[in-house]
Amino acid sequence: MRDLTDFDEAGLAAPPLLETRGLTFAAGGRRLIDGVNLTLRPGRRVAIMGPNGAGKSLLLRLMHGLLTPADGGVLWQGRRLDAAARAAQAMVFQRPVLLRRSVLGNLSFALRARGVPRHLRPARAEEALARARLTGLARSPARRLSGGEQQRLALAMALAGRPWVLFLDEPTASLDPASTHAVEEMLAEAHAQGVTTVTVTHDAGQARRVGDDLVFLQAGRVAEAGPVASLLDAPRSGPLRAWTEGRLWLPDR
Amino acid sequence: MPGLMEAFWDALRLIALGDADLWEIIGLSLRVTMTAVGLSCLIGLPLGAVVGAFRFPGRTALSLILNALMGLPPVVVGLGVYLMLSASGPLGVLQLLYTPTAMILAQMILVTPIVAALTRQVVEDLNEEYAEQFASLGVRRMERVAALIWDARYSLLTVALAGFGRAVAEVGAVLIVGGNIDHVTRVMTTTIALETSRGNLHLALALGAVLLVIALLVNAAVMAVRHTAQKVAYA
Repeated sequence: MRDLTDFDEAGLAAPPLLETRGLTFAAGGRRLIDGVNLTLRPGRRVAIMGPNGAGKSLLLRLMHGLLTPADGGVLWQGRRLDAAARAAQAMVFQRPVLLRRSVLGNLSFALRARGVPRHLRPARAEEALARARLTGLARSPARRLSGGEQQRLALAMALAGRPWVLFLDEPTASLDPASTHAVEEMLAEAHAQGVTTVTVTHDAGQARRVGDDLVFLQAGRVAEAGPVASLLDAPRSGPLRAWTEGRLWLPDR
Repeated sequence: MPGLMEAFWDALRLIALGDADLWEIIGLSLRVTMTAVGLSCLIGLPLGAVVGAFRFPGRTALSLILNALMGLPPVVVGLGVYLMLSASGPLGVLQLLYTPTAMILAQMILVTPIVAALTRQVVEDLNEEYAEQFASLGVRRMERVAALIWDARYSLLTVALAGFGRAVAEVGAVLIVGGNIDHVTRVMTTTIALETSRGNLHLALALGAVLLVIALLVNAAVMAVRHTAQKVAYA
């Protein structure tokens, strides 16, 4: 199957960081992810869109190794995705998962899990707090923060391990515009430092802001992929056209 | 019933005057029960957390067994420990029968499954929330168990409390392995049983009242801790 997401026809770009080859995931006898080929090159920002149930979150979890594919696989720098490769990835979930501890306690936990030596942790935690603009709230219970602050903390925890690739599953779905902006700013900073990002979003505006490339999923398959602006401005595939027009895509018609 | 009222006033006087025998009995009761609950938590918390946090062959069976053991009849446990510790039993050489140590052992056997089974439930629920984040961060197995226990700390306090309630009120097992020997293994529950059968209602009543107050105080303390925690640090 042709890889719709590999835009490097001239072969000039950096070698892929992560590739999926015929990635398939099934549950209850249904193929929820169906033969997805996708190439992620270092420093790119990819947005993944698609209607509910298209498999966006599943695809993210498969790439991050949280789920095991039924068929096909994920390659990290051309090799199988293993624990060491996983350590170079991080993920932010739609609903931030925070421990029942202080803000600082959460960051220390993430740094420790990522194998950062004890003597380096305070400085790294301080740095992460500043990045998330949570320095004044270091001692506050994490789960008493506002939704926006919680998601910034979750993002800071993910970035604290200095990942190469960051996966984000609708990170601002339940946030107000100001909080959304703050999260996107953190993302932009991370990208400026060379972090490759893959963001699932339902918001076309966000896709343009946090994506260079767009992958549009429909029923577990890549319906269309390419540069974000040209895809959203001039969709060619039926599913994406239906989506931009606010219609449900009904393949039988 | 003049006899009962009289016994009641006698009981109050005993408590108010701080009767030495009474306090000895209360002290031993608390020492045995708290040691047993403490040791049960040392075993039951990690055991329950491991069963709650990981999938492994035999996990369902183990959960089932732990749940079933929560309902162990104390007299059966007492009998089992008695047979183990009696002179002809496998642990007879330790000469522990009719000592507080034997009572602690029996209560541990009663309380550990309660702590483990309830911990499993609490940790399993919490793990459902944390599992993906832990996997994403690459948290190692033992760190996961420790983090789950720590983050469930206030729920687990209630678990320990359930164990304490079971142990402090229990009479069958400590009577069999302790023997209710005056000044050696006499605790509140065994004394109440003995004095009631002897007709010494005032001492039995006094101890019954103390037992109730202890249960009330321990519960109040745990509630206060939970309440403060929820206000300041734990959400």
